[in-house]
Amino acid sequence: MTGRNARRNLRGVWTALLTVLGLFLVACAKNAPQDTLAPVGPVAEQADNLFRPVFWIAVVIFFLVEGALVYAMWRFRRRSDADAPKQVHGNTRLEILWTIIPAVLLAAIGVPTVITIFDVAEKPVGANVVHVKVIGHQWWWEYEYLDVELPGGGNLKTANELVIPTGRWVDLTVTSVDVIHSFWVPKLAGKQDAIPGKDNFIKLRADQPGVYEGQCAEYCALSHANMRLRVIAQPSADFDNWVRGQVAPAPQPADAQIVDRFLNTCFQCHTLRGIGSGGGATTGPDLTHFASRSMFAGSMLETNARNLAAWLDNPSSLKPLADLPAGPTMRDYDLSQSEIDALVAYLMSLE
Amino acid sequence: MTTASVAQRSSAFARPTAKTGVWSWMTTVDHKRIGIMYGVTAMVFFVLGGVEALLIRLQLATPEGQVLSADQYNQLFTMHGITMIFLVVMPLGAAFFNYMMPIMLGARDVAFPRLNAFSYWAFLGGGIFMYSSFFINQAPDGGWFGYAPLSVKLPGHGMTVYALGLIILGISSTVAAVNFLTTIVNMRAPGMSLMRMPVFVWMTFVVQFLLVFALPVLTVALFQLLFDRTLGTQFFGDSTSNPILWQHLFWLFGHPEVYILILPAMGIVSEILPVFSKKPLFGYPVVVFSGIAIGFMGWGVWAHHMFAVGLGPVANTAFALSTMFIAVPTGVKIFNWIGTLWGGSIRFKTPMLFSLGFIAMFIIGGLSGVTHAIVPHDYQQTDTYYIVAHFHYVLFGGAIFGLFAGIYYWWPKITGKLLDERVGRLHFWLMLIGFNLTFAPFHILGLQGMARRTYQYPKNYGFDFWNLVSTVGAFVIALSILTFFWNVIKTRKRGETAGADPWDGRTLEWTIPSPPPEYNFAEIPVVHALDDFWHRKYVEDKEGRLVPVPAGAQEAAGHATEGYGGDDHGIHMPSQSYMPLIAAIGLPIVGWGITFEQYWLAIVGGVVTFAGLYAWALEPSTEELH
Repeated sequence: MTGRNARRNLRGVWTALLTVLGLFLVACAKNAPQDTLAPVGPVAEQADNLFRPVFWIAVVIFFLVEGALVYAMWRFRRRSDADAPKQVHGNTRLEILWTIIPAVLLAAIGVPTVITIFDVAEKPVGANVVHVKVIGHQWWWEYEYLDVELPGGGNLKTANELVIPTGRWVDLTVTSVDVIHSFWVPKLAGKQDAIPGKDNFIKLRADQPGVYEGQCAEYCALSHANMRLRVIAQPSADFDNWVRGQVAPAPQPADAQIVDRFLNTCFQCHTLRGIGSGGGATTGPDLTHFASRSMFAGSMLETNARNLAAWLDNPSSLKPLADLPAGPTMRDYDLSQSEIDALVAYLMSLE
Repeated sequence: MTTASVAQRSSAFARPTAKTGVWSWMTTVDHKRIGIMYGVTAMVFFVLGGVEALLIRLQLATPEGQVLSADQYNQLFTMHGITMIFLVVMPLGAAFFNYMMPIMLGARDVAFPRLNAFSYWAFLGGGIFMYSSFFINQAPDGGWFGYAPLSVKLPGHGMTVYALGLIILGISSTVAAVNFLTTIVNMRAPGMSLMRMPVFVWMTFVVQFLLVFALPVLTVALFQLLFDRTLGTQFFGDSTSNPILWQHLFWLFGHPEVYILILPAMGIVSEILPVFSKKPLFGYPVVVFSGIAIGFMGWGVWAHHMFAVGLGPVANTAFALSTMFIAVPTGVKIFNWIGTLWGGSIRFKTPMLFSLGFIAMFIIGGLSGVTHAIVPHDYQQTDTYYIVAHFHYVLFGGAIFGLFAGIYYWWPKITGKLLDERVGRLHFWLMLIGFNLTFAPFHILGLQGMARRTYQYPKNYGFDFWNLVSTVGAFVIALSILTFFWNVIKTRKRGETAGADPWDGRTLEWTIPSPPPEYNFAEIPVVHALDDFWHRKYVEDKEGRLVPVPAGAQEAAGHATEGYGGDDHGIHMPSQSYMPLIAAIGLPIVGWGITFEQYWLAIVGGVVTFAGLYAWALEPSTEELH
């Protein structure tokens, strides 16, 4: 009876353990754009190279220790209530051994860890390095290209989509204007918190062109889940072209009513270089080349006329928004359908 | 003259005497009744926290979930964390500290019985205060970690309630810790030297030190947060102040807190394994000292919660190494537990199943914990579901499994009835399976890049399948908890009578009747060895094999009856009191007053608390004049 119970228990334990490990083995998903196990850039690769051996060491330890546990449970199950096991109170030599072995193992893991910590903290140098300031806002990302000066003064600013050249180091200065955010593009690098009043450093490099998904990783209230971002890596020449395009001011709208709209309302938060006063406000994203970005609203929505019209009509139906201490977020400005159409047509022309 | 004034005072502050009914519970100072109230209250909050978890899982079952709004989700995940940590695992530990620790020491009560009652009522008051925020739909929504400056800037009353509620709960835990420390230091039975204390008492001891030193750090931070929110100070909230200061203070509390949550479970498991293996704990001193070592080292790892904050490579290195090395004493405990099983005669009763489940799950949590110390990869892991997986393996697979082991183990002592073994086994297996279904997928989701604290996740990110699995698992856990409640109801009337020593126990609580009389021990026991009770029942032969002491010999030695019957005449137990309850009632009133800026109400609450404490100091020591 006792033996049968023990065997049944044993089988259950093994099933549970194998389930756990099985879950790990099938962990390699095909369509996971934020998969940390499929790094692309050197920073993410370095982290991955550390994690993999530690993971396999952990798997071995897992089997040894859980195996010893399960074996002891099975081997020493009670056969009779008259069992009189030997009363062992301890074994100093054994206990010293199983204190030292894990300590040595951990020290072995510690060495490459420390080396890599200092490695990834080293700033890239050289003329090739791209410098960008990343500024977290509730709930979108602002990028200031510190190497790109605008004709009218100041640096190039964009939002949500970070365009970078492939094969070149990008030195990011990460900060925030309101609460703490965290800049994270899993395939390229780990996280770096964006903290108001503090400039943090992170570097990344994409060796292959592509679109890399990321998101804010530090809880920042209502729309934290909707504070996404993208890194678009292009060959160096394409990147230079992109910069040239972005530096150009926005084209004048055909319709004077548009300017009126922007001057009265949008410029409170947004900038549109070359139009009227241009605004210069940074509460909201710079819209000068709005339509050149594939996504908007915190990289939540694909940039197309339908989404933009819905957004201008009632933004909080697409993304939870709240008025914030730093200023109001996008809200329903009671635009008429014709106003929305006109605005959409103009904004979608801002390539 | 003197007699007259004493008589007068006693009439003004009559001590309550009800032995049954509601008032007997409201005024009790009996550590066992207080322990039961802690346990029952924590179970109620466990159900609430569980319902919150199920709502969260329903929302996340599918991509772009529509069950909850972003605002509701943020309130629920914040309250789930606060509830499970401060209102479930801590008070469940406290339930066992209260009920078992004095008996295991051979004492009749804790050092300060009224203070003990106050701890409970302050805990209940803090919990009710925290939950009252749901009625105005403004529960705390800044996460249980309350990172500044967000926690300062969040509108509504939520984070004010958070600060005040945790301050009240902190008062409760701090006075309880002082009480338990004094009890352990002063009230051990004759012969109960420190190295003869049961491991559970040792772990209780370490936990109380952690509480006494860690909670003030949190309390200071919470007051600063409260001042920032209500008085407009600038400790954390504006660009000239340093929001990272909050994180340092919070985690300097928060990491010892993790050990506050897990060490009681480790203590419980260390009691159960020897009993059901018929062998002493392997390396008792090593288990005790590794517990102490964890207690000390727990203070040196807090910044591993902050690797991505940008503290610089030197700080990150220091905390990476300290984090790795805290795995050593933790590993030692696991090896010693397996050493206890080795060569034993193992009975798979429900308490043992939960203890073994604890070890098996804790190993996984421990291993994933080591991977967090790989800092460059922690930059990837932090704030993802991989972390959520890790701490649920430690705090659910660890603490909750360990606490359920304790519930099944001590239930017969507390109620006099055994819980049903078959239902208990069903509970265990459902919980083990449900737990792994819920939380193992989080490892994968985290590594695939699913961020925490997001009320929705998009389609086509590879998150769909494992989230659905996890939600199914959460409902299996819920089913297992229902099984437990069914067990409680089923055995309440018809359960098997336990007797004093149903498990063939080793420690002093098994020498007294189940349930124990109010005075615990008719005669204070004299302790001759570690696991004293065991050595009254068994001796070891020359090869170290176990030989039962013949029944006659027990009685001849006068051991077996010691503490059982005896003559309880003249045992003086502390009198009941209204005052702890009154003093505690004032605390949430102060909280509501400050939250709603009705300062007159805060003053009323303060007066109530002060009056309670004042009367507490003045009331006579017994219910009648002697």
